[in-house]
Amino acid sequence: MALLKATDVVAGYGQTEILRGVSIFVDQGEVVTIIGPNGCGKSTLMKAIVGLVRVRTGSVTFQGTDISGYAPERIVRTGLCYVPQTNNIFPSLTIRENLEMGAFVRTETRTLAGLIPGMGRRSQKDDYRGRIGQMFDLFPDLAAHPGRKAGSLSGGQRQMLAIARALMLDPVMLLLDEPSAGLSPTMMQTVFARIREINESGVALLLVEQNARDALAMSDRGYILVAGEKRLEDTGKDLLNNPEVASLYLGG
Amino acid sequence: MGRPVSALQEIARRVGLAWTPGYTSVAIVVVAVAVGFLPFVKMGLVVNGVFLGAIIALGAVGLTLVYGILNFANIAHGDYMTMGAYAALFIVGYLLPKIGIEGSGLGPFTFGYPLLIALPIAVAAIAAGAIVVDMVVYRRLRDRGVNTVVVSMASLGVAIALRGLVQIIWGGDIERYPRETRQVFHLPMEVRVPPDAIFITIVAIMLVVSLYLVLDRTRMGKAMRATADNPDLALVSGIDTGSVVRWTWGMGAALAATAGILLAVYQAHLLPIMGWKFLIPLFAAVVLGGIGNPYGALVGAFVIGVTSEVSTQWINPSYKPAVAFAIMIAMLLVRPRGIFGGGRN
Repeated sequence: MALLKATDVVAGYGQTEILRGVSIFVDQGEVVTIIGPNGCGKSTLMKAIVGLVRVRTGSVTFQGTDISGYAPERIVRTGLCYVPQTNNIFPSLTIRENLEMGAFVRTETRTLAGLIPGMGRRSQKDDYRGRIGQMFDLFPDLAAHPGRKAGSLSGGQRQMLAIARALMLDPVMLLLDEPSAGLSPTMMQTVFARIREINESGVALLLVEQNARDALAMSDRGYILVAGEKRLEDTGKDLLNNPEVASLYLGG
Repeated sequence: MGRPVSALQEIARRVGLAWTPGYTSVAIVVVAVAVGFLPFVKMGLVVNGVFLGAIIALGAVGLTLVYGILNFANIAHGDYMTMGAYAALFIVGYLLPKIGIEGSGLGPFTFGYPLLIALPIAVAAIAAGAIVVDMVVYRRLRDRGVNTVVVSMASLGVAIALRGLVQIIWGGDIERYPRETRQVFHLPMEVRVPPDAIFITIVAIMLVVSLYLVLDRTRMGKAMRATADNPDLALVSGIDTGSVVRWTWGMGAALAATAGILLAVYQAHLLPIMGWKFLIPLFAAVVLGGIGNPYGALVGAFVIGVTSEVSTQWINPSYKPAVAFAIMIAMLLVRPRGIFGGGRN
């Protein structure tokens, strides 16, 4: 059974319908990329999966549970984490605070103790501080100045912080919306290398990418979305070698 | 010059303000002009302005927090101050005497120890009240995805309703906490300090420091700042935005209620319109500090407090709100994002 399964999802903003019945799935541990022209609904599909955009008809199931209609903060608790394309950090918070916010769910208390620093029940399994250390190992750039305001970071560092924030919950699956957007070629390679490492540690990935070649090359499978509908689905390798795909979506 | 400037930069960095070289030179000019004016200004007015600034600060910080997190201008904020003052009056004037607790003239202060009992109770009641008003009024509007201007107009309605409630219960006349007349302290340069003003300043400082600690150190404080920064990302990070909203109202209204009680002590009377009239200096302080920035609001409060007090040396005191208003408009024209604007996205 698929880990994530979206079936005939229809969603949009106000009167406008962006997704007109899209079905995709992601299996355990897989990397799946969605490509397509601007405005085809790639980002909307991600937002619909994580609950930021309401699913009008159709369903989204994750690990066998129907999560369409769940509030975003409830979906996060199921182990599905999301990195938006833009505005994906808290700029006035420090690097460390950004990571702590990623772990907000892990530090849950139902008492006033949540207001007192260092207080509140926290089981050993849920020691998020250790997780922050792991994130600093994965992204050494962030470790140098954990007290720096996230708003002062470079584009690449922001992207790494955004990914690290989403990893704080040790998710089963990660949704990345254009992780390489606006990055220099070198920084892009670094980010892709980290993404591959994350996948190798067992996290399933769903990617939306402008930089389709690099993304498809590291993907098990890919979907091509056009005008809110699924046009093609195939393995990453076959999509790359498909001459029609190459001329239409990979820039020749 | 290098050392004090870098120290200021360090402070600015700590509280999360953008501090650029251009901004440093502007700040130096402003401070120089202010210091140059000092010999022509009655020191007593400056000191009064600081006391007034402390009260404005408590109100303005709450107003700006609510703006930052809920994204609307809460016009009822002044009336939360009024409600706080009258809730304390109800406790010291009616409830406590019933169980035999009465008194005034505690030490050098005009008020008695019953007010110290009433203050936390009244503040907690107003904080709870603000959370209930949110559930009944604002949350329903938010859930419908209503425009923020509409939410502000709803808060105007809440303001009028609260003031009406006070007038129904107490009428429109002046009320007072039980008080004794007290000698003021005479300091050099004709500065006269009423003992109550020292109490007010100490309470304000304690609350502002605790607010800083809550926002900077606690999980909920960080979640509040995160939500103000980026509400959608807060949602997908799993931050419980419902409780962020409740804490914001609770803290904002608690600070407002305290400001109302301190204002009633400072001006030695209560009127149903007291908080409403205070709204202009509150908004002026918030705009000056950059809307949504609590540390900016703090600085703005003291600037507004001192300027409007000092203005009475040349201008009729009844124009004090006009002075605050003029500063606010000038600021909106010159630097719409406030003194410290530009640091937030």
